[in-house]
Amino acid sequence: MKNFLQRAGLVHRSLVILFLLLYPLTAFAHRRGGEAIGFASGFEHPISGLDHILAMVAVGMWGAQLGAPAIWVLPVVFPMVMALGGMMGLMGIKLPGIELCIALSALALGFAVFREARPKLWIAAFIVGVFAIAHGHAHGTELPLGASGVLYSIGFVIATGLLHSLGIAIGLVHRWPAGRIALRLAGAVVAMGGVFFLWKAISGEAV
Amino acid sequence: MRMCRPRLILFWLTLAITLIVAPSVQAHLMNTGFGPFYDGLTHLFVTPEDLLPVIALALLAGLRGPRFGRAVLFALPAAWLVGSAAGLLLAPQVTLPVAETIVTIALGALLAASCPLPIAAVVGLAILLGLLHGSLNGSELPKTTSYGQISAAGVAVALFVVVSLLAGQAASVRVPWTRVAVRVAGSWIVAIGLLMLGWAMRAPG
Repeated sequence: MKNFLQRAGLVHRSLVILFLLLYPLTAFAHRRGGEAIGFASGFEHPISGLDHILAMVAVGMWGAQLGAPAIWVLPVVFPMVMALGGMMGLMGIKLPGIELCIALSALALGFAVFREARPKLWIAAFIVGVFAIAHGHAHGTELPLGASGVLYSIGFVIATGLLHSLGIAIGLVHRWPAGRIALRLAGAVVAMGGVFFLWKAISGEAV
Repeated sequence: MRMCRPRLILFWLTLAITLIVAPSVQAHLMNTGFGPFYDGLTHLFVTPEDLLPVIALALLAGLRGPRFGRAVLFALPAAWLVGSAAGLLLAPQVTLPVAETIVTIALGALLAASCPLPIAAVVGLAILLGLLHGSLNGSELPKTTSYGQISAAGVAVALFVVVSLLAGQAASVRVPWTRVAVRVAGSWIVAIGLLMLGWAMRAPG
């Protein structure tokens, strides 16, 4: 009980500090100017496409399924590598087969959760990293022109991290036998979503 | 570590008041309406380019221990003040978005890796960050009146508050997952920095 209260106190203080630091970022005046897009738009972007949501939640679920250290290594790798892809997209560097790779990401990650795949950590991180590049690149090339992206980037990364956290939270049911089955079923649902997106990508239809 | 009920209420009251008041402030270096000191004090909190590397450095120092946190607590505001003075005296208005972003990425990466740097290196980073950002800040401040000096003092006080809060918080974490959470924050800062770099180097059209 004491530990719980200690943790609750820590969480409260962390939340207060986080709010105090992040909240003023939504104030619109800023002397460098140009934050026409802003935090809210950046936050909205990763959660506006189902293909991205499925893949990011699946990363968290897979990490939780694999346990430590993958539970935090994968969600750490994904935003960083995704941002690298986003940077390439922003800089106009072309990469082939991005849509296909995004569709494959939901399929592969969902299948990994469904099969409870346990590759070596570096292989899992590599797989997640490759898909992260594709997701980031797609986001980077889609970003509108004419705005400074600092607040946008902050919103974007926080939303991505929260999607991973959601996946980890879902994945924590893995500790119970029934939860393990439920998690595998959730992986199957994600994989089926991936099949749908793959079909769309191959047929060239917009999702 | 446990928070008693009145302190908890006080925390949430403070948070609620801040949330209610902040939108009406529209904080800006020039026009908080409370004078140059408070303009400077507010500046850090509405300038993510400055705030992010400070968060990364404060958390990095806190993770290394209270001694590191205390060193950064004094080194960073002092270096920032020196940099601001230099910027005020010497430079025309300068912006170095790529250099600022690279420093942010480096500090975020060091935090994500929980790099076991010696105290001299952490203080060196604080001085580097303070001088770079301070001089850039200073170069943008008005040079004709005392406004620049007073607002630079406000920025230094804001830095002191942010570093003491965050480094103290990071230094007090004992549970393994909370240390991991702090390192995850470092990876988020790297990701934000990479995207900022992409924006800074964005292909035209």
